[in-house]
Amino acid sequence: MYEELRNEIISLLSKQARLDGRKPEEYREVKIETGVSRNAEGSAKVKIGDTEVIAGVKMEIMKPYPDSPDDGSMMINVELYPMSSPEFESGPPDIYSIELARITDRGIRESKTLDTKQLCITPGEKVWMVVVDVCTLNDSGNLFDAIALAAEAAMEDAVFPTVENDKIDYKHKTDKKLPMRKKPITITVYKYGNNLLVDPTYEEEKVYDARLTVSVLENGNICSLQKGGDAAINTEDVFKMIDLAKAKSKEIRKLF
Amino acid sequence: MGEMKVNEKEIVVPGETLAEGMDYLPSYGTHRAGDKILASRLGLVSVEGKVIKLVPLSGVYQPKRGDTIIGQVVEILLSGWRISTNSAYPAVLNMKDATSEFIARGADLSKYIAIGDYVIAQIINVTSQKLVDLTMKGPGLRKLKGGRIINVNANKVPRIIGKQGSMVSMIKDYTACRILVGQNGIVWIQGDDPNKELLAVETIKKIEREAHFVGLTDRIKNFLDANKAGITKLS
Repeated sequence: MYEELRNEIISLLSKQARLDGRKPEEYREVKIETGVSRNAEGSAKVKIGDTEVIAGVKMEIMKPYPDSPDDGSMMINVELYPMSSPEFESGPPDIYSIELARITDRGIRESKTLDTKQLCITPGEKVWMVVVDVCTLNDSGNLFDAIALAAEAAMEDAVFPTVENDKIDYKHKTDKKLPMRKKPITITVYKYGNNLLVDPTYEEEKVYDARLTVSVLENGNICSLQKGGDAAINTEDVFKMIDLAKAKSKEIRKLF
Repeated sequence: MGEMKVNEKEIVVPGETLAEGMDYLPSYGTHRAGDKILASRLGLVSVEGKVIKLVPLSGVYQPKRGDTIIGQVVEILLSGWRISTNSAYPAVLNMKDATSEFIARGADLSKYIAIGDYVIAQIINVTSQKLVDLTMKGPGLRKLKGGRIINVNANKVPRIIGKQGSMVSMIKDYTACRILVGQNGIVWIQGDDPNKELLAVETIKKIEREAHFVGLTDRIKNFLDANKAGITKLS
């Protein structure tokens, strides 16, 4: 399927060009806007070119899981709205939406950016649960990076609501921020034939051979990886893709 | 005696009364309701003798017999292909209208044209139920190999083509690209130099944006002159 489109993209990549005129390693313009929702404890809108996603953080008090009585918890959910792409349908989440949520969740969870110990109120009885919901407004490619960036930005923006007599008053916020320690940046590198690129457009995303999503910390450490696509990649590819992701993550980090 | 209610070249909206009485005849973009002729879409009024028609300003493409369109294969049928026409009505390209090659019974049709491929084809018939038939027998009609596809407003296609194809040939001259414009608003562009290919894309988008300006040809010529070497990025 889309064999002609794939050939065209590969032939352009071999000339270091792309359909929209970017270089293979060039990102579109990234815009991050925080505090876009009044009702959420923290929120962010991220635009990468025409791709647009919005993330919101809500906080609840729950009983901790029995195996970690003094740890708060975190949950990330991704909703792909039918209005944002011809491919998305309403109904239960499909495999793509689940993968997006899991990659984003893993990137943030494994970076240990959220200090879950500090989310504990009474060990074994009460802890905070942080729920991050990300919705797509427009899919013009590269939802992986956009969603991860929006989730991270919304969590950085989030503040605790006030609590009185065990009841949360969402109307009044404190100025206490979420205990965030690191900033993982998630970059997905796509492979077409022997060429690599970042930040694919909608068309490019239809025909990739393989992709690798890399979450990078400030010191260059990698905290999570996920490979997708039908084609196999060898170790040399993996290292090249990680190097590219690291280089790009530095660029995106400057925007925070 | 019938009476015109609007002037020629006036912009009308759907439902607006164009004429009263039975002396005028409704044509493209208009319909009769009782003894009135009403506009069916947003457009400019054009009267030719007794016939009233509209030059549409917006709206999607409506398949019309004789149009050459570019479509994408969406399904393989028992004896042909279903082609998306960028309108509400998909078209059928029958095997016998697609190629003069011999295709054995039960052959795998995707070997000839696969799902996702684009073809340039001509509409041979549109039934009253809007079943559209296509043919690929004719000069220049074929499966499109390589190149890129862009979408434009189908109502702006005449401006992109220009008088006797003057506009599109000017773009071809400046950018050395091969360009095919389908009446349904799908444009195929193929060039050897990626920067010039981008220039062609940007020029077509500019025409689409500025289609209503006076002296469009000169504006486009100036734009092409200013970017002779091609552009490196889409705006």
